[in-house]
Order: sequence, then structure tokens, then C-alpha cells
Amino acid sequence: MSLIENYSGPALSISGLGKVYDNGFVALKDVNLQVNQGDFFALLGPNGAGKSTTLGIVSGLVNKTQGKVSLLGLDLDGDIYAAKRLLGVVPQEFNFNQFEKVRDIVVTQAGYYGIEKKEAGVRADKYLKALGLWDKRDVPSRMLSGGMKRRLMIARALVHGPKVLILDEPTAGVDIELRQSMWLYLQKLNEEEGVTIILTTHYLEEAESLCKNIAIINHGEIVKNTSTKELLQELHTQTLVVDLIQAYPVRPDLKALTVTWVDDSCFEVEVNKGTAINELFEVFNDAEISVSSIRPKSNRLETLFVDLVRK
Amino acid sequence: MLAFIAMHRIAFMTILMKEIRRFMRIWQQTLLPPAITMTLYFIIFGSLIGSRIGEMSGISYMSFIMPGLIMMSVINNAYSNVSSSFFSNKFQRSVEELLVAPLPNSVILTGFVFGGVARGLMTGIIVTMVALFFTDVTVFNFWILSSVVLLSSILFSLAGFINALYANKFDDVSIVPTFLLTPLSYLGGVFFSTDLLPSHWQIVSQFNPILYMVNGFRYGMLGVSDVSLATCYTILISLILILFFISMRLLNRGKGIRP
Ligand SMILES: Nc1ncnc2c1ncn2[C@@H]1O[C@H](COP(=O)(O)OP(=O)(O)OP(=O)(O)O)[C@@H](O)[C@H]1O
Ligand SMILES: [Mg+2]
Repeated sequence: MSLIENYSGPALSISGLGKVYDNGFVALKDVNLQVNQGDFFALLGPNGAGKSTTLGIVSGLVNKTQGKVSLLGLDLDGDIYAAKRLLGVVPQEFNFNQFEKVRDIVVTQAGYYGIEKKEAGVRADKYLKALGLWDKRDVPSRMLSGGMKRRLMIARALVHGPKVLILDEPTAGVDIELRQSMWLYLQKLNEEEGVTIILTTHYLEEAESLCKNIAIINHGEIVKNTSTKELLQELHTQTLVVDLIQAYPVRPDLKALTVTWVDDSCFEVEVNKGTAINELFEVFNDAEISVSSIRPKSNRLETLFVDLVRK
Repeated sequence: MLAFIAMHRIAFMTILMKEIRRFMRIWQQTLLPPAITMTLYFIIFGSLIGSRIGEMSGISYMSFIMPGLIMMSVINNAYSNVSSSFFSNKFQRSVEELLVAPLPNSVILTGFVFGGVARGLMTGIIVTMVALFFTDVTVFNFWILSSVVLLSSILFSLAGFINALYANKFDDVSIVPTFLLTPLSYLGGVFFSTDLLPSHWQIVSQFNPILYMVNGFRYGMLGVSDVSLATCYTILISLILILFFISMRLLNRGKGIRP
């Protein structure tokens, strides 16, 4: 253990990872990826890009065809058991026994990690409370709602105290309020307990606001791997939607701005990177128009993402 | 070895207890059917027909078939416990709970196998209690009796495990019991002594492993057997070793559980 405590290298390191499924389908070509300790990391990509395959290989659920994976410096081919102790996995599909009770599922999982029954119970209760499942502890898992099932999988993944937590689409099918509380919880784990978090999501605004670093995978290859901040700087222009208080059947003169009118009281304006938004308001003031709201047309990350995966 | 066992004791017990909880929870599908079937066998073959048959190998027919019937329940239940439980873990994906954990495949395998053994022994006890209503149950040699039951249920649990690894749908776990296990049991000397068979069929029946288990068990209860005990143990132990290594190979490859 002391070896791991002093270890300061990456939490996850993947190199030359390839996967050909039995039916001959090439799901991963040559995936190279590093996630640093303490990171809050998003692996993004369209359906079928290879996200679950990649995370499945890291979790021991999928056999790799080639390449190397190491977790906190432990090679999965050599130190598989030590590595697995440090990893928590929340898969994309529900994967617990439908007939077992919620608490039993978590306690049993702790048992697989060699945790004594009494201690397992204490831990299960702690995580079931933290994830809002305490009321449901004695209910068979099939009677949970979709969002509760996802939280059950998170509680189960945390019961052995992992240092790295992998979540494959944890917020799919979770309502907005619960999604926010789930994010807060994950942020707390990340900040207070130093758990490295690696997740996938199709909600790009989530990734943009919460993740420090992002990789984008497409057709089994990483097409982008950088910090969220740098990624967003790659956008050269952004489009803002401006709503006006009054209608303007006769369009006011907006000088040099590139404007497209949506209707009489709403237009879109394209702004170059580096342009201060203040300048827009100078033009609006000169034209004597009153703006009621201004917002980005689409999520910034979404624009980039669509660009990258279309290539 | 001992350190290995100590380290994985909790994990092993977790799997075993979960398996026991499962068959106890659904006792109507697991423990009740063998009790009913055996009652019918005893009434029909033992009392009604048996009274006309007279003696077999110098023993009343009822007493003669009892060990075979108990054995048949034990191996059937050990087999189907592991095959259906592990397949259902595959089907519901809860096998992933085991795959992400730091569990050596040997611990997973022995956990499920002893789950099957527990169900086999439990069934054996229930069926024996049913038998007590119809005839006296004697124990000729307790150690032979219990070791044959234990080894047989280990063997058939292993077979059930391999079945579950290959199975893709629920039907696939009932094919082997229907088309292999039941015929082999019926021909394995449960209902008759192989002395009654024409000589060429006696030779064929020597290739039926169930024959040895039934006779070994019958010896443990009644002190009579068509085969030698040494052969019985040799066959049981070698088949267990073979199936254990096959299971481990399949597990290490991830057959049916890791794409
Ligand atoms: N067991 C399998 N056998 C054959 N092909 C598979 C198997 N599992 C996945 N694939 C294929 O591999 C590719 C990558 O799948 P994967 O599940 O990794 O995608 P993903 O990025 O997670 O997609 P999603 O966002 O839809 O979850 C897909 O084309 C999929 O059809
Ligand atoms: Mg996926």
C-alpha cells in the first residue's frame, strides 16, 4: 500500500489499446489516454464510439485484444487484484440481481472485496444514506425507479473505498434535480476525498461545467484529449441569441455586427473569439434597442463536439 | 494455499451464502419439487409396483431403489442449482459484480460449486426424510455414504457451471438435464441391478458414471454394490479434476462472461 500512497503518476494510463470483438468488429483501434490523479475526467463520444468498450477493459469486464492499461501504476496484466481494489465501477447498463434487496446488494459487493459482514453493513448504510436510498434499503432492486437504480450502482461501487471511480453514463435517465445532487456528490468525493473520477455522458453541458479534462473518442480512436478550458478556446466564434423587449418591424441599424434576425424581437449575433461582449452593448445603446436576455445559441462544447466527430 | 484461502475466505463465504439464500428464497422451485417427485416414486415404484417385484440383490425393492433415488435428487439439484443460478447471473449481468471485484476465478468457481453442493445435500436430507415414511433407512458405512454424496454433488455442480458458461438462453440450461442427466440416471442402476442386463448392455453401462455413484451410495447405505468402491472413487475424483480444469480454463478465457 505504501507504494501506492507515494505514487504520483497518472491514475489511469492506457496505451495502444485495441479491441476486436469475436464477430470481427473493430471497436477500438489505438486508444492512448492518461488521466491524472484527482482529475474529474470526461470521455465523450457519439453512440458506438467505443466509450463503454474502453471503460469495460479497464474494469475487467471486457477482454482486450492488444495494448496496456495501468491503474495508479499497477499493470492490469500483472497486478490485477491490487488494481481492482482501487477501482470502483458504475456501468452503463443495470447489472444487479433484480430479486435481491437493495442493502443486500451493497453488502454482498463489499463481501467480494473481503470486507467483514459487520463493517460491510456499516459502509452500506453510509452510502445508501448519502445517495438517498435509505428508505428503499429493504426493497427488491427491481422495484426501484431508473434513477434510484443508478444511485444504487454508485453506492455499490463506493463500498470498498476506491481511489478511482469509473461511471459510464451515470446521469442517463436521472431527473434534473437528482442529476444536480449526483454531481454535487461526485464533486465532493473528488475534492474532499481525492477520488479520481472518470465518466462518460451525452449531456455535454455537464461535462463542460464539471470536468477538468476531456477526451473525445470517435470510431475507436481518441480524436481530442485536453483540458476543458483549452478545448473551449478552440472555438473561434460563438453565436449569441438576443431577445428584445420590443418588436422591430423596421430593423434598427446594428452597424458592423453580423446579425441574423429570427423574428421581429429576436436576432442572433456572431461574435469572434476575443471580442468583449461589452462592445455589443455599445452598439445596442447607439441603436437604442432594449435587450431582455442574451444567451449562447448552443452549448459551446456541443459545437466543437459535432465538428470533431463529423470529420 | 492456506494464505490464499484465508485471504479469500470472506469472498468465498459471501458467494456461498448468497447461493444458499437464493435457493432458500425460492424453495417452492428448488426444495419442494424433489420432495414431491420422490414421494411419487416411492408410492408408485416402491409400494405399488415394488411389492410385486419382490427382492433385488437380496433386498426389498423399496430399500433397493431408495439410495438411487436419493442420489438422483442430489445430483440433479446440485447441477441445476449452479447452472440456473450462474446463468441467471449472466443473464441479469450481475456476474459483472464478480468480475470487477478482486476475485480469483478459482474463488468464484468454488463459491458456486459449494452453493450447488449445499443445495444437493439439502435435497438429499429432505428426500431421505420422505423415504423414512416408506421404509427404514439404514446406514451401512457413514463415511462412504457421505463422501460419495459430497463428491457426486461437487462433480455435478462443476458440470452445471460449465453448462451455464456455454448457455445463451434459459432453454440451454435444461437441455443437459433432460437429454443426458435423466436418461443416464435411469440407466445408471437406480431401479435395477445391472446383473439383470444382457451382458453387452452390462458393458455399455460401465461407461455411465452415474452407475458408480448410485452403487457407491447404495453400498454406503445397504452394503451391496454392482461395482467396486475403488473404481467408484477413482472415477469420481478423476472426473472432478477434469471438469475443474475445464471450468478454470473457460473462466480464464472469459467464455460466455467477458466479450
Ligand atoms: N459484445 C459485442 N460484440 C460485438 N460488438 C460489440 C459488442 N459490444 C459492443 N460492440 C460494438 O462496439 C462498438 C463500440 O461499442 P461501445 O459500447 O463501446 O460504444 P459506446 O461509445 O459506449 O456507445 P454508447 O454511447 O451508445 O454507449 C459498437 O459499434 C458496438 O456495436
Ligand atoms: Mg456506452
